[in-house]
Amino acid sequence: MSSRFFDVASVQDELRAVDYLCDESIAGVVYLADRLDKPVLIEGPAGTGKTQLGKSVAEITGARLIRLQCYEGLDEAKALYEWNYKKQLLRIQAEQGGEHEWDDVSDDIFSDEFLLTRPLLEAIRADEPVVLLIDEVDRVEVETEALLLEVLSDYQVSIPELGTIEAKQVPLVFLTSNNTRELSEALKRRCLYLHVDYPDVEREKRIVLTKVPDITENLADQIARVVRSIRRIELKKAPSVSETLDWARTLVLLGVERIDEQTAAETLNILLKYQSDITKTLRDLGSADGVSV
Amino acid sequence: MADRTDVRLPIEVGEELLDLINGFIVALRGAGLPVSLTENIDAIEAIKHIPIEDRATFKYALASTLVKHYGHWNAFETVFEVYFSLRGPQYAIGEESDHGNVDPSEDELRRGADGLSGSGGENLTPQELAEMLYLALLRGDRSMMRGVARHSVKRYAGMEPGRPVGGTYYLYRTLRNLDLDGVLERLLDQEQDTSGDPSDDLALRLQRDEYRSRIDHLQKEIEAEIRRRLVADRGVEAMARTLRKPLPEDVDFMHASREEMAGLRRAISPLTRKLAARLQRKRRHGRRGPLDFRRTVRASLSYGGVPVEPKFRHPRPHKPEIMVIADISGSVAAFARFTLHLVYAISGQFSKVRSFVFIDGLDEVTPLFEGVEDINEAVHRVNTEADVVWVDGHSDYGHAFGVFWEQYGSDIGPRTSIMILGDARNNYHAPESWTVKAMHDKAKAVYWLNPEPCSYWDTGDSIVGEYSPYCDGTFEVRNLRQLESFVEHLA
Repeated sequence: MSSRFFDVASVQDELRAVDYLCDESIAGVVYLADRLDKPVLIEGPAGTGKTQLGKSVAEITGARLIRLQCYEGLDEAKALYEWNYKKQLLRIQAEQGGEHEWDDVSDDIFSDEFLLTRPLLEAIRADEPVVLLIDEVDRVEVETEALLLEVLSDYQVSIPELGTIEAKQVPLVFLTSNNTRELSEALKRRCLYLHVDYPDVEREKRIVLTKVPDITENLADQIARVVRSIRRIELKKAPSVSETLDWARTLVLLGVERIDEQTAAETLNILLKYQSDITKTLRDLGSADGVSV
Repeated sequence: MADRTDVRLPIEVGEELLDLINGFIVALRGAGLPVSLTENIDAIEAIKHIPIEDRATFKYALASTLVKHYGHWNAFETVFEVYFSLRGPQYAIGEESDHGNVDPSEDELRRGADGLSGSGGENLTPQELAEMLYLALLRGDRSMMRGVARHSVKRYAGMEPGRPVGGTYYLYRTLRNLDLDGVLERLLDQEQDTSGDPSDDLALRLQRDEYRSRIDHLQKEIEAEIRRRLVADRGVEAMARTLRKPLPEDVDFMHASREEMAGLRRAISPLTRKLAARLQRKRRHGRRGPLDFRRTVRASLSYGGVPVEPKFRHPRPHKPEIMVIADISGSVAAFARFTLHLVYAISGQFSKVRSFVFIDGLDEVTPLFEGVEDINEAVHRVNTEADVVWVDGHSDYGHAFGVFWEQYGSDIGPRTSIMILGDARNNYHAPESWTVKAMHDKAKAVYWLNPEPCSYWDTGDSIVGEYSPYCDGTFEVRNLRQLESFVEHLA
């Protein structure tokens, strides 16, 4: 098993090259995931770049990204594999009155040809390097989580009719969760755990500078600080990094060079999505004293 | 991809390091973190691959393999800092005299604070130290902050070996002498003078937040320094024991401190989401209704009349209705505040929630929660506006339930779940337990959540036993863990 990364710092550098600015802990866990061949469970507030991390890692390793979007009601047939029973039925009908024994037919219809691969099996069977991204795993029911366990720990899928299919190469696996429910111990035990939080001011500023063209350093700095102040207020939904970027783009388009209270008040609806949050923030930012810490 | 050939090879883990990690894991388990054997093995596997002398990486390697719950991060960090505080050269505590080589030395500090009349030698005057503190914060110079933190702890905390007081005492003494609020004011005045634009509130506000976060950082440095010195004095094991704080899910509602309460508040909303998800799932469970004959035949046509895909009717989901009845009297005050937060959070998740509060009278507070965006405001309104005192303002469950049955009993339907929150300390009034029986007969379920430990039930004036026969479940709910298990029970 060849390693994909040289050391932690190189992970950080390579990710930076594809415009993903990460801190040491993120780079460290990605590095370990590669070395230990373990999946990474990424938790954290929405909009902090959890999914993007998976995509960016796929980009720097030159691997194919296979994505499984989870939702309530996801089942084996959508996640692992399914028998193409329509085709099987045709096969049986084509055989009617034919010369083959039933045993032959039944062996035949449970072969590779009639198997529809779904993301998990596809990631296992791929010949080329693969990054498997299992998005929003907290959306599936606890029972469905069990589907993932075999793949995550042994990188294999057991199909009763075919036997066990083992991975040709060990994929890098990322699972993201918005923490709407507690994931099962069994799942957590198999993964490395990474909590991605909102970036600090310095990193957020650099993210804005990287992602928004034509922005001045001064404005980026101010944006990062305003966002930090807003995140300190107790809100229904704190602004995410992607919302910060939207705000930054808007301000650039409007030709703003320096944020004052007026501009902030007029464009706050880009940053915050609830009217109550907006009023609360305006009230709070208006007072120089701010929230008590 | 690895285009370099000189890939770092896994290092061998020696006996000593193994012992160290195992000791650390024992300490973690002691702090209540569930660390399994496989996780233990993973951690050891992980540190083979990282440069062990890099403290930050080492920490993340351990954290990502051992801590699988964000709420446990604080506990992990504390144990880590204690356990590894004295390892590694830059973390050793120098003797009083030789703090030249590893500490950010006083010389360094002086260089940073040039323009000060340095008095030479190692004793800084309090004024000099205050000036350095000011400059460190003004510039946001982290290493200077660390230096200031170390010196102020040395000077002000008055730590003596073997003195049996906790770290918070030393922290308090140090902070009192540093007068951080005063420094903050001074920094802001300075800011206003230099920018010369006092009208811009937003800029001022941002600056204040910036300084605040620097002060927070300084405070963390001071705490770390105190911890380091305590560990040096008392030894790792003893310290790990004294610093042990309950995990967020084990904090007792009745005795939660203010910060703990804030933590609990944050934890509630995911919990109610979970509660909502649970109840919703229950609604959707058995997604398949009865067989839809017509659609099945229709679908079979594409397979030559073989009913390959049976079709089912969609079941009609019903909406859960919840009635919450909460005791907000003095004896459960802390619990009540929490309860109100819980009620507020629940009413945000479900459309049909009605909430009631009582002491010896009972009042419906549903409208007070509606359309109120700020929970604190809602709680304040409940506490001031709700008409819950009937005679003397001592809990009277019997009377309150009587009022409930009389006024709202007719609204209870077969789909209503009733949650009663209270300690059932009835001040020796009549229990009137028939009211709960009546509710139970009419409602889908009645649950009683009691913030008192089980062993106190039915002692003194507590009369849970009178009501519990008519409840579908009586639960001790003193902390988040128990609340969660209640939610699990529902599903």
